[in-house]
Order: sequence, then structure tokens, then C-alpha cells
Amino acid sequence: MIRLFKVKEKQRELAESAVGGAPVKKQTAGELRLNKGWFIFNKNSYVTKVILKVEDDFMEGGSSLLVILKFCVTYASHGGYSNRCLKVKGQGDISELNLPKTCSIIFPNGKDDLMNFEVSIRPDEGYYMGGTFIFTFQVSPIYPHEAPKVKCKTKVYHPNIDLEGNVCLNILREDWKPVLNINTIIYGLFHLFTQPNHEDPLNHDAAAVLRDNPKLFESNVRRAMSGGYVGQTFFPRCV
Amino acid sequence: MADTESQPSRSRDLDKLLLRPGNLVGPNFEPGPQLRADLQEYARVLVVGAGGLGCELLKDLALSGFKNLEVIDMDRIEVSNLNRQFLFRLQDVGKPKADVAAKRVMERVSGVNIIPHFSRIEDKDLDFYNDFNIIALGLDSIEARSYINAVACSFLEYDSDDNPREETIKPMVDGGTEGFKGHARVIIPGVTPCFECTIWLFPPQEKFPLCTLAETPRTAAHCIEYAHLIKWDEVRSGKTFDPDDPEHMKWVYEEAVKRAELFGIPGVTYSLTQGVVKNIIPAIASTNAIISAACALETLKIASGCSKTLSNYLTYNGVEGLHTKVTEFVKDKDCLVCGPGVLIELDPSTTLQKFINLLEDHPKLLLSKASVTHRGNNLYMQAPPVLEEMTRSNLSLPLFGLMGKIPMDIVHVTGTTRKNDKKTSSLRKLRVVFKGVDGVIDMDTAGGA
Repeated sequence: MIRLFKVKEKQRELAESAVGGAPVKKQTAGELRLNKGWFIFNKNSYVTKVILKVEDDFMEGGSSLLVILKFCVTYASHGGYSNRCLKVKGQGDISELNLPKTCSIIFPNGKDDLMNFEVSIRPDEGYYMGGTFIFTFQVSPIYPHEAPKVKCKTKVYHPNIDLEGNVCLNILREDWKPVLNINTIIYGLFHLFTQPNHEDPLNHDAAAVLRDNPKLFESNVRRAMSGGYVGQTFFPRCV
Repeated sequence: MADTESQPSRSRDLDKLLLRPGNLVGPNFEPGPQLRADLQEYARVLVVGAGGLGCELLKDLALSGFKNLEVIDMDRIEVSNLNRQFLFRLQDVGKPKADVAAKRVMERVSGVNIIPHFSRIEDKDLDFYNDFNIIALGLDSIEARSYINAVACSFLEYDSDDNPREETIKPMVDGGTEGFKGHARVIIPGVTPCFECTIWLFPPQEKFPLCTLAETPRTAAHCIEYAHLIKWDEVRSGKTFDPDDPEHMKWVYEEAVKRAELFGIPGVTYSLTQGVVKNIIPAIASTNAIISAACALETLKIASGCSKTLSNYLTYNGVEGLHTKVTEFVKDKDCLVCGPGVLIELDPSTTLQKFINLLEDHPKLLLSKASVTHRGNNLYMQAPPVLEEMTRSNLSLPLFGLMGKIPMDIVHVTGTTRKNDKKTSSLRKLRVVFKGVDGVIDMDTAGGA
């Protein structure tokens, strides 16, 4: 490769001296920044028998060594990733969105920032029928390797959504897989309203009421959605 | 490097590799003092990261005969770095890593020139990266590696036979470590798999269900994550948690201890808190030394051709004894980052609508209802309705104009393809070339290296 480096260096010097300055850079294939990934849970990668020479000794490494590739995954979240970056997989998923009538999406930052958007869900059945609930989505630069961050902007009386807006949905955390996408998350969120679940509570008071006294739960939900107090907490109107 | 007869050569070991022929050398290898001199004069290497791997890499590369090095790192030195980032001392704490590392190596190795860059990798222009011949990575996250990989692969161009053009290849050597384990790999864009081609190798991150954290914690890690994810928002809402702020970490630790006491769970310590919140695994100097040595050696091989390069992924595990293995992974020909993409030649007057229609009948694509993106700009989105409305006006405009009037560029399209009578969603990379425009490289007659 060194020959290639010399040739490039000479070309650059020639170009600089000819033009009398830095040469005009040719348009290169555009900068890409993208995420395409699909996982295979590859924990048992290799099982091998190894014979090693350590200094002057031979040491027989154990008969089965499992090499687990688990890489350090610290992230810094670079919010303003600049519009040079192209989150292709995320944008691909958006263009394939197939939303039911009860859900709609808006892009507060316009058509060129598809990484931050809001989805509003209007359940048409169940305890929460008639209410409108807004969720914010923040898609990571390494989507789909990492699940989007979803929070509920509407204050709601719900066993699986706490008062800070955290949502307990398995596919958002421990069950996220890169084969999932924005559509599946939206369906999952919709499901939370049609089938609230007292077994995975983030709001244990609401969960207890749902479990022990569904009629009381129903009236609590109605009162909260119309704007009112449930216990000590005030819920703004969302119907 | 003194070469007078009275003094033995200072590069005695390097000379064994560079001055003599051998049976394991790479193609085009020309042994001799000219090669050694060329390495010093012409080879320009960038070291990304001046931490555990970066310090070792700088030392190794400087001692391997490279004289033109640059290093980039956005961090400052901390006390916890000092057990392995040997270029730093206690009095350097607080100074930028890149600056101190460069200075120390230049003090010890005569003739080497290292330019430090105290900045984020994203803040540098593409031209900055293009100036280097080889990029050596000592990074600590998937995101950073993905970014540099995308940058290096963006320089890659293909000829009309979909073969990579040698003079546009930007080789990378990537190393990573975690405790007693590590990897070193050689990425030659267009030839070996790039970082994205093999990103499926990563196992998923461990995430606890929020309800377990909120209601039924069982482990110390649950208590810590409760404090970090749930309690923080409850008590200090509005303020973003900063894992690098010691006060924030201390607060999380104390809350985690309280939580653990409530549930009778042992094991919450400050260092576990750091580990869980920041995903830190204690670092070991020897692992870093081993992996950087492998990386520096590969850099030397790529630059000089003195031996065939690692092909292409080395794993190392020192947990019990020493185990290493080299696996030859295969490039993904449809890779969205390093793949050639499907070549589409167009007349500059072609409208976006016509382009989209074309894709449906293109034999390699058969893509219907395509959405088109170019360099972050969504030219047309089929869905959802709000975006379709916003981009509908572009359909009647010429694609050439929408793409900034350049003769050739990459475009991404998503849509549905029909495979074995099944409709699947598909995301493809396209190489769009406009015919008859000034500056178009005639692909068939372009000279090789």
C-alpha cells in the first residue's frame, strides 16, 4: 500500500502547486450515517481447544473455552447529530408506517428530522375510549440496535404508566429486538390502553384498584380523563 | 534512525521485517531501505482515541517507524485512567488526553511528529479523515465506531463492474477491549466486511423491565437502575442526569443504597453503581497492550506489505489462560454502508416521479411504492400522510436538481419488493449517475491506481 500512498501524496502536491492552493475536492460518495442491524443472539461463538506456547512451556488451554463477545456499549447521546447524518433505517421504518385510524404522528422538527416525533393515540374501546394520549419518541443514532426512547406526555391514570410518563412496555426495554420497528411499538402502546395489565405495575395504586375493584377503576379513569382528582393527584383533561 | 556502520541500527527489529524478502510477504512487497524511508515520509496514520488503546497505539506506531501521526480524543485525563494510560501522570489530570499523549510520545521517540486534536470525531470534516492513509481506532462505543466506519466507507468508490477502486480504499484497524477480553480487526472497505456488515455480532444490551425496577427489585443492579431511571425523574425532574458529574453519581448511589436497605438486598457499592450506570467494566493494562500491539502490527503490514494482513477478525480471551482466534468474516454485498449499491444511470431531466416509477421495473430492485432519501433529505415519503403531503411537491422536479446538481451520488430507497410471491419491505442503496453532465467520470475508461 505504501506505493499507493506515495502516488496520492505526489498527486496532492502537484494539484496544490498547479492551482496555487488547496485542490478542489471531487465529490465523493456522500457521507453516510446509518443503522442497519439485525441480531443473532450469538453468545456461544467458539468452542476450541488451544495449545499455547508461553515462554518455553507448553500450556494446554482447557478443553472447551467459551469466548463470549460482549462489547463495551457505552454511549454518549449526540443530540444534534447534524443534518449530514442519515439515519436510514429509522427513515425507512417511518416511510413504511402503517398506522391504524386511532393513531397519528407529527414531526415537530419538520420532514428532515425523523428521529424525534410524537404519536397520539385515541383508543376506540376499553376503559380509555375517547381519550387522547401523546407519546414522544426519540430514535437513537444506532437504531435499530437500540430501542427508541418513548415517554408519555399526557398525564394518565394507568397501571403501566407512571406519573412521570415512564411506560412499562417489554419491547421498549428487555424484549427489544432489531427486527422490531416503530409500527410494532405503536401497536404495543395501543394495546396498553385496550388491555391495561395489573401484573406489571408502574403505578401500583392504579394496578391494585384494577385488580380488586374494576368498577372503581373505570370511574377513576373517567374522572382522570375528564380532568379531576384521583386520590391526591390531579389529572388534566384529555378527552 | 542512525545508519552509520559504527552504530547498530536503531530499528534493528523493524529492519528484519522491512529490509529482507520472505515467504509470507504481501503482494507488491519491495524490501529495502527505501521502503523504510517511505514509511517515515509518506505514511500518515490517524489514531482515534487517546485512552487505554490510544496511548499504547501511539507508542507502538511511533516505534514501528511511522513518523506522521495524528491523534484525536475529546476527553480530559482523569485519575482512574492512570493505571493503564501510561502516558499520563497525576499532574496531568484535567488536561486534554490528545495533547498530553502526543507530547509524551514525541519526547521519547525521536523524529516522530504527532498532531493532537482535542475534539469530537463528529466535529471534523470529511476532508480531515481523507488525508490519512490508515485510520487506527481505539474507541469505546458502538456509536463512535459506526460513525468512523461510515466516514471511511464514504470515500469508497466502485467501478462499473462493481469492484472497489483501490485508490479510494481507506483501511481501518479497529481494536476493542473489555476486562480480559478483546478484539482486533482489519477493515478494508469494499474487500473485508465493514463495521456495519458485522454489527449483528453484538449481543443485545441488558435492560431490566421498568416494573421490576419499580415494584419487585431482586438484585443490587435493580436498585441502582431504579435510582438512576425512576427516582431521578421523580425528585430531580427537569435536570438531565449526567453520568460524568460526581454529584449526580453520588446521589444515585445513595438512593440505591436506601432502596436496597428497604428490600434487604446486599451488594450496592459505588463502583457497582458506576458499572451499571456507565456500563463500565474495569480495564486491564495488559489486555490493552495486547490488542494495540496487534493493531499496530496490522497497520505496519498494511502500509508496508511486509506480511499478509490479519484476515480479518481476531478475538482474544485471557480469562483463563490465553485464547486467540482469527475468523474470516465475509462482506455483506448488500451492506448499506460499504456495498456498491445498485447502479442507476439517468438523464438529468428525469423527474423524481419518473425515477420512482423506474425502480419498480428495474430488474435488480423491483421496488414498488418507493420513498427516496438523499444525504439526510427526504425527497419523497410514501407515508405517513403528513409527510407525504410535505414532500409531494418534489415529485415533479428533476432529481438532478433535488440532489444538488452533482454528477453522481448515493441515494437510499425503501419500498416493497415481491420475493417468492411474498411482499417484503426493503431498504436499498443506489448509486445514481447522471449522464452527459460535466465532470462525470467515465466509469469504463477511468485509469486504475
